Amino acid sequence: MRTLKFLLRKEFRQIFRDKSILAMIFIMPTVQLIIMPLAANYEVKNIQLAVVDRDHSSYSQQLIAKIGASGYFRIVADPRSFRDALRLVEGNRADLVMEIPAGFERNLVREGAQNLALSVDAINGTKAGLGAAYLTRIIGDFNTDVRLEWVEPGRFNPMATIEVTSLNWFNPRAEYRFFMVPAILVLLLTLVGGFLSALNIVREKEIGTIEQINVSPIRKWQFILGKMIPFWVLGLIVFTIGLTIARVVYGIIPAGSLLTLYVFAAVYLVALLGFGLLISTFSDTQIQAMFVAFFFIMIFILMSGLFTSIDSMPVWARTIAYLTPVTHFIEVMRMIVLKGSGLADVSRQLLYEGLFAVVLNGWAILNYRKTT
Amino acid sequence: MPLWAKTGKTMGAVTVTNLTKTYEKGSVTALDDVSFRVEAGELFGLIGPDGAGKSTLFRILTTLLTADRGTAGVDGFDVVKDYRKIRNTVGYMPGRFSLYQDLTVEENLNFFATLFGTTIRENYHLVKDIYEQIEPFKDRRAGKLSGGMKQKLALCCALIHKPTVLFLDEPTTGVDVVSRREFWTMLNRLKEQGITILVSTPYMDEAVLCERIALIQTGRILSIDTPDAIVRGYPDRLFAARTDDLPRALADLRANPSVRSTYAFGEYLHLAFRQNDTENVSGLSRYLAEKGHSGIEIKPVTPTIEDRFIDLMTRETTPS
Repeated sequence: MRTLKFLLRKEFRQIFRDKSILAMIFIMPTVQLIIMPLAANYEVKNIQLAVVDRDHSSYSQQLIAKIGASGYFRIVADPRSFRDALRLVEGNRADLVMEIPAGFERNLVREGAQNLALSVDAINGTKAGLGAAYLTRIIGDFNTDVRLEWVEPGRFNPMATIEVTSLNWFNPRAEYRFFMVPAILVLLLTLVGGFLSALNIVREKEIGTIEQINVSPIRKWQFILGKMIPFWVLGLIVFTIGLTIARVVYGIIPAGSLLTLYVFAAVYLVALLGFGLLISTFSDTQIQAMFVAFFFIMIFILMSGLFTSIDSMPVWARTIAYLTPVTHFIEVMRMIVLKGSGLADVSRQLLYEGLFAVVLNGWAILNYRKTT
Repeated sequence: MPLWAKTGKTMGAVTVTNLTKTYEKGSVTALDDVSFRVEAGELFGLIGPDGAGKSTLFRILTTLLTADRGTAGVDGFDVVKDYRKIRNTVGYMPGRFSLYQDLTVEENLNFFATLFGTTIRENYHLVKDIYEQIEPFKDRRAGKLSGGMKQKLALCCALIHKPTVLFLDEPTTGVDVVSRREFWTMLNRLKEQGITILVSTPYMDEAVLCERIALIQTGRILSIDTPDAIVRGYPDRLFAARTDDLPRALADLRANPSVRSTYAFGEYLHLAFRQNDTENVSGLSRYLAEKGHSGIEIKPVTPTIEDRFIDLMTRETTPS
């Protein structure tokens, strides 16, 4: 115990002397939490629209004005022909082309029907899909307006229509940041727990101090605990900073209990530290450790449901996603913070994290040897 | 089997018996059937070029590495079975400076003392002489020390738990001449305190400062004895020769059939003849003159450890 105390004292002393680690611990969460949710947003805005208006009627003007007023589109050009418009798309100056054919108003009034052409630059899939969807909806709205204007009021509507009204639970305004901020917090914990711990142990290998430690009577568990406890504490500090920023900057107050959050974070960190330790036992240099850790954490993050929904993944991908500790924590973070789930609701995920902790740490300890 | 191996466990400080270690699945042999013994309180030198197997041997003796075959004991403990006991009693200073660069001199020493469950104060008498020299910088980070001071700090850290056997792996590599001399004075003082010291070095001039030395080359021990005895073992008379064009003279001497071996040694070429013949020197002078050399000088010299080492090495590779 006494040895462990001295190991911890040395470890903390080194951490607090290393300015880059301090910066990583305190500035990284702040910057990431403030910039990421604001910058990375699923809502697509500023879609550049080119309109080829061959009709130049009052209806076509109304439609264009309506689109412009929606806030999603910027009407960047009104080329003469579709060919000119395509050239704009090629030059990356327009994302969408809407072509209003000649006789748009006349046909709409006289025949009650008219076609519109939408061409979408599908290089950016999300932007293209959402842009087309928004535009279709605006045109649909416009269509209803036109019909109201022409159909005699009170006359029975021969078509039965189903109107869908949806209600967003737990995040009523479907605010992107409520969804993202808790997940980014998980990401930060992952970086501290996975990266820093791995790099730290490998650094001892690189400098050669691990040899000095190895010829001393210090026990394996003392050394490993001496390495894990500081980063476990740091992880929880980062978590606290993150929660504070979420509260102050975004007004996100966890609906569930803080205790549940911390219990889960504590177990999660043990699993992640095991992961870091495991990487360190396989690498001899910090660069090696860095690349291996980067490779896995990249997969963890992309598969974790941070950006994309896990439910829409193919089965094999879903299996991989559930085999990463990050996935479960992100799910649980959102559950606790937004839904207010209690410990019982997240017990299954907690069990998974516990399993990860046992397997990763066990493997790492087996693999860590004092003799080479 | 060496004699002591039969007498069983004795309190010889270090015993190495038929130790073999290979790397890369047996394709690289680092140690090849090495056996020797170091007595308690001895200052024992392991002399050999880079890659001779010195560090491997030290790493086996300090329980960092396990051998493929053979046994080794430190203080009567087996390096495999009783590795934990050995870790309590030995001090190890690796060839590369490996202390915490971001901790201060004092913090480093303190840390290594506590690792062994002791304190600086308890064993201060052991490191006093050395530590006093770096004490003015005790609040400086170890990474900011000069090479010589780093070495002293590393020695302090290896000594602070009062080891019975001290392993120093190339402690003077990359250290200036004055610091090297100081370092050896310190080792002699430590020896007086009864600590067994095993030191490895690629510098032949340091060999004479040890009580006994082992010459090691490509994992094999060529000779073990006192430095004097090893030098005395040099079989031939040794001559030093020089001309105004040394590189060409070396080639010419190698072509001469009466010369057994020749190699550059400082500003001279050292050479030995195949036969002990009084006519050797005059014959060779004539030969060199015929080859168009000027400023020819040939004189007898006393062999050094290096000469003996080169001699043993060439015998090892080309058995006559």
